[in-house]
Order: sequence, then structure tokens, then C-alpha cells
Amino acid sequence: MAYSALVREPIDPGRVLAMVGAGAHGAGVLFVGVVRDHADGRPVSGIRYDAYEPMADEVLAAIAREARARFGSDRLAVVHRFGDLRVGDVSVAIAVSSAHRVEAFEASRYVIEEIKTRLPVWKKERYLDGGEGWVDGAAPTAAAGEGRGR
Amino acid sequence: MPIVVRTLFFAAYRDLLGRAALDVELPEGATVGELVVEVRGWGHPFADLPERPAIAVNRRYASPEVELGAGDEVAFLPPVAGG
Repeated sequence: MAYSALVREPIDPGRVLAMVGAGAHGAGVLFVGVVRDHADGRPVSGIRYDAYEPMADEVLAAIAREARARFGSDRLAVVHRFGDLRVGDVSVAIAVSSAHRVEAFEASRYVIEEIKTRLPVWKKERYLDGGEGWVDGAAPTAAAGEGRGR
Repeated sequence: MPIVVRTLFFAAYRDLLGRAALDVELPEGATVGELVVEVRGWGHPFADLPERPAIAVNRRYASPEVELGAGDEVAFLPPVAGG
């Protein structure tokens, strides 16, 4: 099972974790990404996440499937939020369960690293002093997808 | 016969151009790279787009040599920052 979703509403990490797990699984890993209160020493009040929604849906699903296939982690769930988030809000939750801990940690790490380099999502920080700015990101390469879509 | 593609601009590119989408007419057989050259050739503010932005064609990342077809959805994607 590989579940993925891009959502506007708040993420409940406990519910994401509850989607994975099985009798034969001795390990479960939950990763949460949280909006932090500073960027390069500048106090942050919140972040607006923009997404190319139909593509982000597809890319997130592909990342989840790849993680499952690569690490043999049986059950994996990833939920990414977009819209206006405040400091302390969960922006992403990744839950993986597997027979043993190594696959669960590795699959979880794979998902968050691939999100950082491929998911068409952008964030604009709002600063306490009133300014705002797009966060410098990673340039995805064409190799991140396989050629022309249809 | 010329073709028309739908270009989309996100995040910093949308702010730069002041628009989210635009239809662009191109010669038949035009590539992603040729579309970028065409759009950047319109002068300010389009010339401020990077020479080799990340591009997705119909929601998949595409390299500059990919050929475009009528009605394709071509997205200009700034460096991504999810997570």
C-alpha cells in the first residue's frame, strides 16, 4: 500500500501513522516537516505553499511508489499540505512501516529527499517585520521525469 | 501549420510576469528549448526568465529537445521548495 495526498486542510500526523502498520511489521517511522519560526536569522510568521496541483499529485504518488519498490517497505503514506501555514503547522507527514527498521528509515528518507528535489511546490515566507519572499529551492532536472507526458 | 501551446507560470515566475498562463503560437515541430527562446525574446519582464528553466510538458519534466504538440500544457517551474 502506497498512499499519497496533497491537502489544503491541517495534517494530523497520528492519522497518517495509523494508515500504515501491520501484524508482520516490527518497525514504524513517522517523519513530520514543520514550519519553523526563522529563516537565515530572520523571524518568520508563516509560509504560503503554492503547488502545481495536478502535477504535484502525480509526482507525490510516483515518489511513494518508488520508495515502496526500492526499499520493500510494505506500507507507506505521505501527505503534503499547501496554502497558508503558520509557524508550528505540519507541512508534510510521511509514515512507513516494514518488517525491520532499516527499510522504514530509508524509505522515509527517500520520500522527503525526493520531495525536496522534484515536487512542484514553492514556499513564500512571511516575515515578522512585514516583508515576504520566495524560498530558494532546488532546480529539478528533466531526468526527474521520463520525457514527454501525455 | 502553427501550433498553440498553453504555458503556465508558477510562484516567482508568476510574480515576475504578473500572469499565471499564456497561449503561445509556435511553428510546427517547435521544441521546449525553442519555446523558452521565443518567450524570453519578448523583452521585459519575460527576458528575466532564466535561459534554462525547469519545464514540465503535460505534467512531466521535459528536456529542451522535447518536441511540442498542439494543445500541450507547458509549465515554467522555478526551483522547487517542498517539504
